Amino acid sequence: MANLNTTHSEHEEHTTTGLNNRKMLMWAFLGSDCMFFAALIATYVIYSGQIVGGGPVPEDVFSIPVTSVSTFVLLMSSMSMVLAYSALVRGQIKNFQIWILSTAFLGMTFIGFQVFEFRDFVLHGLTPKTNLFGSTFFVLTGFHGAHVTLGIIWLLSLYFFSLRGGVTPERHLDVDLAALYWHFVDVVWIVIFTVVYLLGVFPGI
Amino acid sequence: MSDMDKTHSAHPSPRKYLMVASALVVLTAIEVGIFYVESLGKGIIPILFILSAFKFALVGMFYMHLRYDSRLFSIFFITGLVLASLVTLALMTLFGMFN
Repeated sequence: MANLNTTHSEHEEHTTTGLNNRKMLMWAFLGSDCMFFAALIATYVIYSGQIVGGGPVPEDVFSIPVTSVSTFVLLMSSMSMVLAYSALVRGQIKNFQIWILSTAFLGMTFIGFQVFEFRDFVLHGLTPKTNLFGSTFFVLTGFHGAHVTLGIIWLLSLYFFSLRGGVTPERHLDVDLAALYWHFVDVVWIVIFTVVYLLGVFPGI
Repeated sequence: MSDMDKTHSAHPSPRKYLMVASALVVLTAIEVGIFYVESLGKGIIPILFILSAFKFALVGMFYMHLRYDSRLFSIFFITGLVLASLVTLALMTLFGMFN
């Protein structure tokens, strides 16, 4: 373990920018993922109003109270993630384990809401094949859900790794990278919640 | 000591993280509250965008530590955001959304 930590620190010290290459790569990935989601959001905005072939429209299926609760859950997961990281850098491994497990649990709750919502939409006759609104909505929120699911797997891996003593304050970057990814899925949802849900069904527009 | 470690000690305290979380919850509640004010009409669009941008910035600056980490990380992310916004605007213009 000590050997691993030494190697890790050495890698952090010898970079041309003076910054950690793994963290730099993560930020480059997040920057490119912004463009990926922007393309999906733009496609949704353009096509969701074109209900060719009938089927439900956003006003028929969206439930703002339910989505507001799931948004609250995801925001709280970001808070617990940052508290997990904070506990780790302070050397409080037990607290780190509690907070990271809480984050994974809140992430799973969010996915539970999404499964409930998708099931409800299908019962209302909206599938990815029904109309352009269905296609673009399921692709956009489905990809976001896939990102969240990947994040949950990452967080649980860190939790189980920490039980074996693999997560230490010296190796905080491993958790920092997961935290960046997790906060990113949160900020993407902040945009989706406003653009897709609130503006999508606002009666005054 | 790496650059990241140098800035590491400047990260916010758990108390500040909780304050940011409270702000996020309040802003979301305002967003949802405004949603039910039908008389706002199209005026709701800039209001919701500003609130959403504020939440986005709070998470980015405090939870993702962009305020405390190297400026280069911010440049990477903001470049992606600017390109993403341009992609969105270009697609919407191409499909006549602003006509």
